[in-house]
Amino acid sequence: MISFQNVHKSFGPKKVLQGVNLEIAKGTSMVIIGGSGTGKSVLLKSVLGLVTPETGTILVDGKDATSGDHDAFLARFGMLFQGGALFDSMPVWQNVSFRLLRGSLKRPKHEAREIAIEKLRRVGLTPDVADLFPSELSGGMQKRVGLARAIAAEPEIIFFDEPTTGLDPIMAGVINDLIREIVTEMGATAMTITHDMTSVRAIADNVAMLHDGVIQWTGPVAQMDDSGDPYLTQFISGSAEGPIEAVR
Amino acid sequence: MNMLLSPFALIGRQTLALLAMIGRFTIFVAQTLSHMARPPFYGREFLTAMVNIGWLSLPVVGMTAIFTGGALALQIYDGSSRFSVESVVPQIVAIGMVRELGPVLVGLMVAARVTSSIAAEIATMKVTEQIDALTTLSTDPLKYLVVPRFIAAILVVPALVGVGDIIGIYGGFAVATGQLGFNPATYIRNTVDFLQFNDVLSSLVKGAAFGGIAALMGCYFGMHSGRGAQGVGQATKSSVQAAAVLILAANFLLTSLFFST
Ligand SMILES: Nc1ncnc2c1ncn2[C@@H]1O[C@H](COP(=O)(O)OP(=O)(O)OP(=O)(O)O)[C@@H](O)[C@H]1O
Ligand SMILES: [Mg+2]
Repeated sequence: MISFQNVHKSFGPKKVLQGVNLEIAKGTSMVIIGGSGTGKSVLLKSVLGLVTPETGTILVDGKDATSGDHDAFLARFGMLFQGGALFDSMPVWQNVSFRLLRGSLKRPKHEAREIAIEKLRRVGLTPDVADLFPSELSGGMQKRVGLARAIAAEPEIIFFDEPTTGLDPIMAGVINDLIREIVTEMGATAMTITHDMTSVRAIADNVAMLHDGVIQWTGPVAQMDDSGDPYLTQFISGSAEGPIEAVR
Repeated sequence: MNMLLSPFALIGRQTLALLAMIGRFTIFVAQTLSHMARPPFYGREFLTAMVNIGWLSLPVVGMTAIFTGGALALQIYDGSSRFSVESVVPQIVAIGMVRELGPVLVGLMVAARVTSSIAAEIATMKVTEQIDALTTLSTDPLKYLVVPRFIAAILVVPALVGVGDIIGIYGGFAVATGQLGFNPATYIRNTVDFLQFNDVLSSLVKGAAFGGIAALMGCYFGMHSGRGAQGVGQATKSSVQAAAVLILAANFLLTSLFFST
């Protein structure tokens, strides 16, 4: 379980998170939506300690995310970064099985490679991609390699920052199914950021909308369409008319 | 009023920024040292760093040394002939190369070649979130990126300096015997007899210090790079500048330590 309690974060004078409160139950899939630049990525990073909130607490299974053994803590997580963040000094398969090649989860090399190829297959990539370098891949392929890396060590909690951005509709569908599968079959807890409303409906158990530094609305995905919240309604319909200003 | 005070405000701001940077750098060095003492140790990264810093720097070090050694011999010959003491050429070339020019030139070349590439690489990794990704994959960026490069540089730059010294002396030898009419056997004997253990030791110690400075500066500025391509450029420039100045300052310190008694 992940719980945000009154989380605040600013960069210089820019206030990004201004009191975020949110609960994500174990084994469920939460999708975060919200305008560009509202702090969705910052919210994910603050759980992992990549961004340090000024005030507020983030609890994971009731324990403060910043306390205790950070390595053991991070070993439970997988993260897909918005930009992929692949290591361009190593081939794709070593990227995917990075965790399995060193540290506490270390395995023999050929085993790690097999796992990498299997994970690549799950994100729709063929084995011959394994020996290419990230710079030789298209943007969408890089995204999917990042996804494969995030799930490679079968973490309990997975964060996806815009997993389907830059993918064709069919591939986006494959990825949506994969994320859904990881939650229902492996019992993982997922937190996904996306701008793609088809994705939201395919992946989410619950939806939260971040706006003006706070969670503007949160609830089950089924209630999203008749929430009565003017911000959410405008966001879903993609209308320029409404309380959310188009110029931010 | 504001116009009058603004230079003071500027000086104040820059002083504060400098102090903050010294503080950050001290913490960075302390963390690096503490990581060196704790496992895991990334052997592969260490070997790659040795090859990049040492082996691949050999051509530029060799070129720098041979031309400098040659020029040195010409200058010393010209200068010493005014006092009719041309015979000191081998000794002065040896001492000049081994004590000063070898380590300093290799240090500066390493700053140009290695510091810049480390800074640009790590800064790009930072800007593209690869450093964050390392952290989330339970790998400490300091341990994985900084420690291997730092240790490799400390070990391998003295070797580069040694090679530079020898090639530099050879450059002097080639010019002196080929152009200035020195007897090869006598030239070599004079060089070998004249150099003392302390000269060679100081050369290698300087190499280790300069290597450490070059690697640390690259890593520090890379890790603290600003955002975007501009951040990478800025980090690279600052790292080379800082490494070069610190290497020259450290050279002065070490020379006074070794030779001023
Ligand atoms: N390291 C940083 N330094 C300074 N400002 C930052 C930093 N990281 C994020 N910001 C700022 O915080 C705000 C929120 O950024 P964030 O990346 O979380 O947006 P987002 O909601 O993920 O947007 P998008 O949907 O476009 O990815 C932005 O205005 C950004 O400029
Ligand atoms: Mg984002």
